[in-house]
Amino acid sequence: MNAAHWWRRTAWLVIVLLLLAAPFLIEAVLGRAWVRIADVALLFVMLALGLNIVVGFAGLLDLGYIAFFAVGAYSYALLASPQLAVHWPFLVLLPLAAAVAAIFGILLGAPTLRLRGDYLAIVTLGFGEIIRVFLNNLNRPFNLTNGPQGITLIDPLQFGGFSLAQTHSLAGLTFTPVHSYYFVFLACAVLSIVISRRLEDSRIGRAWVAIREDELAASAMGINTRNMKLLAFAMGATFGGVAGGLFSSFQGFISPESFQLLDSIMVLCMVVLGGMGNVTGVVLGAVLLTALPEALRYIGPLQQRWFGEVFIDPSDLRMLLFGLALVLMMLFRPAGILPARRRVMEKRHAAG
Amino acid sequence: MEIFAQQIVNGLVLGSIYALVALGYTMVYGILGLINFAHGDITMIGALVSLTFIQLLVAAGVPPAAVLLLAGCGAMLVCAVLGLTIERVAYRPLRRAPRLAPLITAIGVSILLQYSAALIWGKQYIALPAIVEPLQFTVFGAQLTSLQAAIFLLACLIMAGLLWFIKSSRMGRAMRATEQNPDVAGLMGVNTNTVIAFTFLLGSAIGAIAGLMVVLYYGIGHYFMGFMLGLKAFTAAVLGGIGNVGGAVLGGLLLGVIESLAAGYIGDLTGGVLGSNYRDVFAFLVLILVLVLRPSGLLGQHSGDRA
Repeated sequence: MNAAHWWRRTAWLVIVLLLLAAPFLIEAVLGRAWVRIADVALLFVMLALGLNIVVGFAGLLDLGYIAFFAVGAYSYALLASPQLAVHWPFLVLLPLAAAVAAIFGILLGAPTLRLRGDYLAIVTLGFGEIIRVFLNNLNRPFNLTNGPQGITLIDPLQFGGFSLAQTHSLAGLTFTPVHSYYFVFLACAVLSIVISRRLEDSRIGRAWVAIREDELAASAMGINTRNMKLLAFAMGATFGGVAGGLFSSFQGFISPESFQLLDSIMVLCMVVLGGMGNVTGVVLGAVLLTALPEALRYIGPLQQRWFGEVFIDPSDLRMLLFGLALVLMMLFRPAGILPARRRVMEKRHAAG
Repeated sequence: MEIFAQQIVNGLVLGSIYALVALGYTMVYGILGLINFAHGDITMIGALVSLTFIQLLVAAGVPPAAVLLLAGCGAMLVCAVLGLTIERVAYRPLRRAPRLAPLITAIGVSILLQYSAALIWGKQYIALPAIVEPLQFTVFGAQLTSLQAAIFLLACLIMAGLLWFIKSSRMGRAMRATEQNPDVAGLMGVNTNTVIAFTFLLGSAIGAIAGLMVVLYYGIGHYFMGFMLGLKAFTAAVLGGIGNVGGAVLGGLLLGVIESLAAGYIGDLTGGVLGSNYRDVFAFLVLILVLVLRPSGLLGQHSGDRA
């Protein structure tokens, strides 16, 4: 075993230990509210990785991605709440949420994928809005989604009699619900990372890259571009669906308000900022963009103290910064904070 | 029958506003092949600027006709400068970049405009002060106000003027040449940068007028109003055949009528199951249907490289 190898293994070990200890460290340093933020960040990691498959790998701009999150969330919520008076176990519901989201992905992709990319952007944008209009209005003729009030009392994740909604203690550590969910989300996020990485280097992943770079050439090479694009859509939607189901169980309450265009844009920002197509970059982008707005909350009181009044509402400031970041990123660093490996190689190739 | 006529009239008036906004999308798309996501928000800025002008001028006791004229001119000026700036700063550097880049930039600009507006005007709905009491008259059994008639006529006038301009003027010819092939147009002595900048200026100014009309029509303005308006106008542009100026006009009017009729009759057709709160869905259904059945739109001849 040589030294470099040893360092690598030690580094990995430290990272794993840190991730496992994170909720307790975060609680000790920043307070319990930030453990919840860490949970949300992990959900966004899943979402961003799903969108990364569509936008980063296959180069299809999807502006309604949050719709798949919504579909997954509502699939879970409807079948595990008093709304329809059914309470299915989550082991059935999570795959179901994924499948329903995937079907919606294909439904959306099929009519639009033979068109050029910018049409897709608009249609996905419209699709996201349509889903929200339906969620808002499907309380008539019979009450399916409970309209704008949303669905409440959604079952938490349960393993037999072990509910994640209760506080447990183990080996001297207290596991409040946010702690327990952290570990479930961490497992799912890690799984998403592994799947993304494996996809990236697979035959499918290379086909996606080929389509992204030149669709005509890709189809000339024998790639079935339509099926591959549909697959990208379905895969991305699956990630969104699972994340949606987890979100439902975590919150215990969902309403159409949680699935707005701005949320789609936010996930897109994570992918673009982190580096389209780079899994590490996208994870970084998701964590940064979840934590940053939370940190921006402190700006409101700061303005109050310095200027005597609040000039900029922190959530507006967040959106302004997002918009600015998108523009500046595209102008000055189009490949993101951590550019995809292939882009780096291309650049080196062109230079040398 | 009266309801039918009423819905047609409402649809045409609304559709003429959609058509004006659609012109901005279609002109830019024709020349740059870019969906200018920010165009709906430029219209929103036009609407809010004209609202502010109207508020100030009405308070100052200026006569109604002058109020509208000044508000329109002010909004056009602001939007034209805005359009030029956006083109110069955000789009021009990316003209040779991969497709996804300008599209993402456009979304960024759109968000920037929305939240800058929220910062300047606040997030609440802004009401239009009363200017003149519009006259009511009846056409084919449908109620029509002088305001609606004026909106429709002015929109038609602008559209006819634009069509003439593109067909007959020197700049219009340069625009058409740039649309067909920017490189060759450049070799023929057309300054394509000027032409593209002018296209943005023209589209934004027309968008500003549309914004003023929306404010007059609905009586309110809001920082997020550009979003839906933009989406519908884009749908109108696709329906008519994107890149085709005449198509945008046709698509806008058609979409307005479809939407009006659908919203008016959906309750009866479905036995009251679906209400007019599904109104906004129709535009997207139209968009998806057009994309599936006839992607080049009603008046589009060539479908380009939509591989």
